Amino acid sequence: MRFFEDMPVGDRREFGSFTFTADEIKRFARQYDPQRFHLSEEEGRKSLFGGLAASGWHVAAVCMRLLVLDTQRRDREAQARGEAVAVGGPSPGFRELRWIKPVLAGDTIAFAGVIETARASDSRPEWGIVEFRNTGTNQRGELVFSFLAIGFVPRRGAGA
Amino acid sequence: MTLTFEDFPPGPLGTFGPRHVTREEILTFAAEFDPQPMHLDEEAAERSMLRGLSGSGWHLASVMMRMMFDGFIGRAASLGSPGVNELRWLAPLRPGDDLTLDVEVAEARLSKSRPETGIVTFKAIARNAAGQALCEMVSPIIIRRRESAGAS
Repeated sequence: MRFFEDMPVGDRREFGSFTFTADEIKRFARQYDPQRFHLSEEEGRKSLFGGLAASGWHVAAVCMRLLVLDTQRRDREAQARGEAVAVGGPSPGFRELRWIKPVLAGDTIAFAGVIETARASDSRPEWGIVEFRNTGTNQRGELVFSFLAIGFVPRRGAGA
Repeated sequence: MTLTFEDFPPGPLGTFGPRHVTREEILTFAAEFDPQPMHLDEEAAERSMLRGLSGSGWHLASVMMRMMFDGFIGRAASLGSPGVNELRWLAPLRPGDDLTLDVEVAEARLSKSRPETGIVTFKAIARNAAGQALCEMVSPIIIRRRESAGAS
């Protein structure tokens, strides 16, 4: 990942997109969220979602997958240019996660993140604390998913 | 019997689990959804800030969802959740952990937009066998009221 100094507020990054198939929606749901509207087309149609809907945790996990793969790809490109690559710290968590609209079987969701705040850590001066607003948007351009992720990002020249 | 909004007054709800998390499950989840070396590779994990193989935080959250399903959501007239107010990762999930989940109802209120439902906000804390808190989340769930549950 980039260093804290290279993360301006407002900076936007696309992570990539993913199509949620009925099979994958049901596979995730069977293991982690077997509510009936995540397992059956008919139950989904009868629910508030109006169709077979992905578990919100499945949507979040796919966002993480694309974020990690995009970060790893950018790191390889930076290393190929001879640039130093930062290693982030473990995330302390997130806030304001919203499942705004259902993700239904066949939907393609494009994920992206915008830097919302960036500040130096008071207790650990070699780190910055960055808040990312990560979002998912469906093929109709509707915002379906959003959360505010919190990350520790090393500062340049802090011995990282 | 199906649990409805009225079954979730504010206060402690219960402790659920234990749920065993294997190394294989940690590796499988990470390979698909969070392929960072600290979740996939023992040597890289030893060098990481978490000092040893750890499960993805999203895996831990997903296991907490399943524990809530097995504990009470699976028997409740749940219509889904609008989101998660806050989630904090406090300590790493480790291979072989036996998780328990302490759940309380933080708030229960009637929905203005859907009067046949209420919104119950749960606070859930996942702990390992030593009682150490690994993750805390606060999340609302939409649950049908009793007088309307028979219509589902």
